[in-house]
Amino acid sequence: MVKKEKNGKEIKELNDVTVMFAGDSGDGMQLTGTQFSDTTAFLGNDLSTLPDYPAEIRAPLGTLYGVSGFQLHFGSSNVFTPGDNPDVLVAMNPAALKVNLKNLKPRGIIICNSDAFDSKNLKLAKYDSNPLEDDTLSEYNVFPVPITSLTIEALKDCGLKPKDVTRSKNFFALGLMYWLFNEPLEPTLEWIRKKFQNKAEVICGNEKALKSGYYYGENTQLFASRYIIAKATLPKGTYKSISGNEATALGFIAASELSGLPLFLGSYPITPATDILHHLSKHKNFGVKTFQAEDEIAGISSAIGASFGGNLAITSTSGPGLALKTEATGLALMLELPLVIINVQRGGPSTGLPTKTEQSDLLQAMYGRSGESPVAVVAATSPSDCFYMAIEASRLALKYMVPVILLTDGYIANGAEPWKIPHANELEKIDVTQRTNPENFHPYDRDENLVRPWAVPGNYGLEHRIGGLEKENITGAVSHDPENHDLMIRIRAEKIQNMQKIIPDLEIDGDSNGELLVLGWGGTMGSIIEAVNEARHRGLKVSRSQLKYINPFPKNLGEVLSKFNKVLVPENNMGQLAKILRDQFLVDVIQFNKMKGLPLKSFEITEKIAEILGGKK
Amino acid sequence: MTDKINVEEINLTSKDFQSDQDVRWCPGCGDYSVLAQVQRVFPTLGIKKENFVWIAGIGCSSRFPYYMDTFGMHGIHGRAPAIATGLKVARPELSVWVSTGDGDLMSIGGNHFIHACRRNIDLKIILFNNKIYGLTKGQYSPTSEKGKITKSSPYGSIDYPFNPTSLALGSEATFVARTLDRDTKHLQEMIRRAGEHKGIAFLEVYQNCVIFNDGAYSEYTDKETKSDSIIVLEHGEPLLFGKNFDKGIKLNGFNPVIVDLNDGIHSVKDLLVHNEFDETPVRAFIYSHMTDDPNLPTPIGVFRQILKPTYDESVVAQINDVTAKKGKGDLETLLFSGNTWEVE
Repeated sequence: MVKKEKNGKEIKELNDVTVMFAGDSGDGMQLTGTQFSDTTAFLGNDLSTLPDYPAEIRAPLGTLYGVSGFQLHFGSSNVFTPGDNPDVLVAMNPAALKVNLKNLKPRGIIICNSDAFDSKNLKLAKYDSNPLEDDTLSEYNVFPVPITSLTIEALKDCGLKPKDVTRSKNFFALGLMYWLFNEPLEPTLEWIRKKFQNKAEVICGNEKALKSGYYYGENTQLFASRYIIAKATLPKGTYKSISGNEATALGFIAASELSGLPLFLGSYPITPATDILHHLSKHKNFGVKTFQAEDEIAGISSAIGASFGGNLAITSTSGPGLALKTEATGLALMLELPLVIINVQRGGPSTGLPTKTEQSDLLQAMYGRSGESPVAVVAATSPSDCFYMAIEASRLALKYMVPVILLTDGYIANGAEPWKIPHANELEKIDVTQRTNPENFHPYDRDENLVRPWAVPGNYGLEHRIGGLEKENITGAVSHDPENHDLMIRIRAEKIQNMQKIIPDLEIDGDSNGELLVLGWGGTMGSIIEAVNEARHRGLKVSRSQLKYINPFPKNLGEVLSKFNKVLVPENNMGQLAKILRDQFLVDVIQFNKMKGLPLKSFEITEKIAEILGGKK
Repeated sequence: MTDKINVEEINLTSKDFQSDQDVRWCPGCGDYSVLAQVQRVFPTLGIKKENFVWIAGIGCSSRFPYYMDTFGMHGIHGRAPAIATGLKVARPELSVWVSTGDGDLMSIGGNHFIHACRRNIDLKIILFNNKIYGLTKGQYSPTSEKGKITKSSPYGSIDYPFNPTSLALGSEATFVARTLDRDTKHLQEMIRRAGEHKGIAFLEVYQNCVIFNDGAYSEYTDKETKSDSIIVLEHGEPLLFGKNFDKGIKLNGFNPVIVDLNDGIHSVKDLLVHNEFDETPVRAFIYSHMTDDPNLPTPIGVFRQILKPTYDESVVAQINDVTAKKGKGDLETLLFSGNTWEVE
C-alpha cells in the first residue's frame, strides 16, 4: 500500500523489515540498535533482535574483525527470529559494509557514512577501490550520507570536544532511521535526557544529532519514500522488551519468591553469561546473595554449600565454565542436593567463539561427568522463555533434590523480544519441604519419587554427614557394598526419570501424524517456526515441535516420533540431539546442522523441508 | 555472628560430638589427637550442637566430618573452603569449620584458600600438615622439603615448599596460628582460640603421618630437642626458648637472630615482645619464616589476630542497607518496571 505525504514523498506500508546497524565496536551500534528496538516495540510492533559483536572490547578502528552489528527484525505479525537477511544495512564504515553486504537482500537499502570511506578505511576493509564509486553496489539502493560532517556541523554550538562530537554520529544515523520508518523521536530523546542528566553538552549533542538525522531524511531529495509497519496484533496486556539473560535473572528472583527460599548465586564472570550476575547483583533488596567467586569451581562449590544450608542455590556460566564445574556437579548429584546450573552456550570448543551462539553443550550437559551421573537438563526456547524455564528448573531441582542444567544460548541470552509480563500472582507456587522432625530421620530415606529429605544445619537432632563417597541407601553411612552401589546408581537414574510425572507432554504444532515432523530443541524455535510457516505457505504439509525438557524427555516423545515417517532435527551443532534420539528411540532422524556462530537461517531449514518432502504436498 | 548462648544451658560434653562411625585412620596417626581435642573444645564454645558444620575436601584429614556428630560434608578435592564460604554466606549464624590437608589446601585448593583469607569469611580452617600425600600412599606434597625422596620423587623432590602460615599471613588472614599434634594442651588452646575468633581463622597443625612420613616433626616433639627447636608465641611475652628459657630472639634489621641471655651482653629487654594484635602483618611474617631457617627455632602459637568486618556480615549489611534505601523488593513491581507499554 502506498500513500503520498505533503512534501510529495511516498509512504509504503510493509509487513516486516530486517535492519542491520553495523560499525566499529566503539561506534555505539549496540546502543543504537537497542534504542531503535525499544521505540519499535513501544509502537506496537513485534520484534526480535540479534546483537553480534566481536570478542574484543575496542578492536582496532576500521578493521573487518572489529565490526559490531545489531540486527533487528520487526513486523506487524508474529516475528520469531532476528531475520535471515537484512532489508536495510546501516554501515558506519567500509568494513561494516564489507562484512554485512553478503547477507543483504537483493535490492536492499544501504545507508552508509560516506565520510568514513576514505583511503585509509578502504584499505583496512581491503577494498581496492571505493565501493560507493565503482559498481560493487549496483544491485542495491545506496544512500551515501556524509554522517560525520553533518554531525559536526549540527553540534557546533554544543560545547563538546571534537572527539566527543563525532561520537554522537550514531544518533544521526538513528534519527535518519526513525524518519525512514516513520517512528517518533520522543522515547529516545527522553532516554538521552535521563541517561546524561548531569551532562548538558552531551544531551545537546545527542539530541541535535538525532534530530538532524531525522530532518535530513525529511528535507533532502535523497529519499523519495519512507516506510510504515502496522502494529502487530499481540494479545492484550502490558509488555516490555526483554533479553534472555535478564529474563533468566528475573525468573530466579521469581522462583525464590515462589518457593519462599532465599536465592544464592555463586558465579564467575564469563561471556555471554555475565549479565545474569549483573542483573541479580542489582536486586539485593529481594535478599538475593550474589557471590562473585574466585573461579568457576568456587562458583558452583559455594552454591553447593548454600544449597546444603537450605537456599535456592544457582550458578551461571558458559561452556568452558561448565567443563570446570563438572566434578562439583557430580558431587551435587551424589549429595542429592538441589542446584540449578545455567549454561549460556557459546561457540566452542575451548575458548571458541565467546560472543557467538551455538547449541554444542548438550552432550556435555547430558554426559560430561565421571561415573553414572544423570542430571536433569532443560532448555529455554526464546528470550522471554528464559524467565519461565528458570522457574521450572528451580521447581525440578527443589522437588527432586538434584542438579538441573538449564541451557540457554548466546542468541536468546543477548537477543530481545517483547514480553507480555505475567502478574506475580499468576505464577504457580513451588512447594518445598525441609525436614525438621528428628524422629526416625535418615538422611537417605526415600519418598515415593525416591527423593531424600532436605535437612539443613541448625535443626536439632538432624545432624548428619553427606559426601562424595558412595552412601548406603536410607542410612547415609559410607558404603562400599556392591549391591548398595548398584542400587544407588539405579535410584539416582530413576529419580530423574520420575520427573516425567510432572513435566508437560510435548506439544505439536500441526497434525499429530504425517510425513514429516521438524523437531528442534531450545533456542532454535524461532528459526524453525518461521521455516515451517514458510513451508506451509508453499503448500507443504509439515508438523513442528520444540523440546524444552531433554533429560528426562516428555513421556509422550516416543509416541510422537512414531507417528511420522520422517523426523528432521535442525541443530546449531553437529547433531547432538539427533544422537540422543537415535540412542533412546532407535529413530533414524534426518539431521540439519550449522555451526556458524549465528542463529539458524529459516530459509535454509525451509529448503531442507522442501528437499525431504520432494513433490509431496 | 555465631549464635552464642549460655554454655551451661547447652550442657554438652565431648561425647556428644562423637559420631557412630568407626574412626578409620591408621593407628598412631596424629589426626586422632586433633579429633579428640576438637571434641573436647566444642562443648566449651557456647554454640548449639546443631549450629556446627564441618566441611572437608579429600584426603585423610578430610574424613574428619564423618567422625564428628555435627552437620558435615565430605566434599571434593580442594574445594572445602569454597563450599564452606557458600554455606556461611547463606547461613551466617552457623559455625563453619574446615578440615583439610597440605595436599588439599596448599595444592589443588590453593586458590580457594587464599581467597577465603582475603575475604575474611568467618570460617575456621584446620590444616593437618603432614608434608606428604597419605591417602594416595606417599607422594611429596607442596609442603614437603626440597630433596624429599618419595614414590613420585625417587631422586629427591626438586619443588620448593610452601610455608602455610606465611601464605595465610600473606593472604591477609585475620587469625593465623600454628600448633603440634603431640602438644595436646597447646593444640586444645589453639582450637579454642580459632573457634572464638570472628573472621577467618587459620590453624596449621604439624601432624605426624606414621606410615609415609614418620618423624617429620620429631625435632619439635622429642623431649631432647623440642625446647631448642620450638618457641611458643604468647601475647605480650618476650620471645624466649631453650631448656632454661635462657635464649631469645631479637631483630637485627629485618632478620631474627638468637641471643644468649647468659652472655653478659643481652637481657630480656633486648628481645622481641609478641603482639598478636599488631596492625601490620610484617612481624608475624618474619616469625613465620623462622621455620625455614634451620638455625632458628620454629614458632607455634597465635601469630596474628586482628578484627575487621567479615565477608558474611558485610553481605548481610549490604542487603540491609540496600533494602533500607529501596524498600523490600516486590516481585510484581519488579516485573512491571522499566520501559513498558500497553497492548489494547
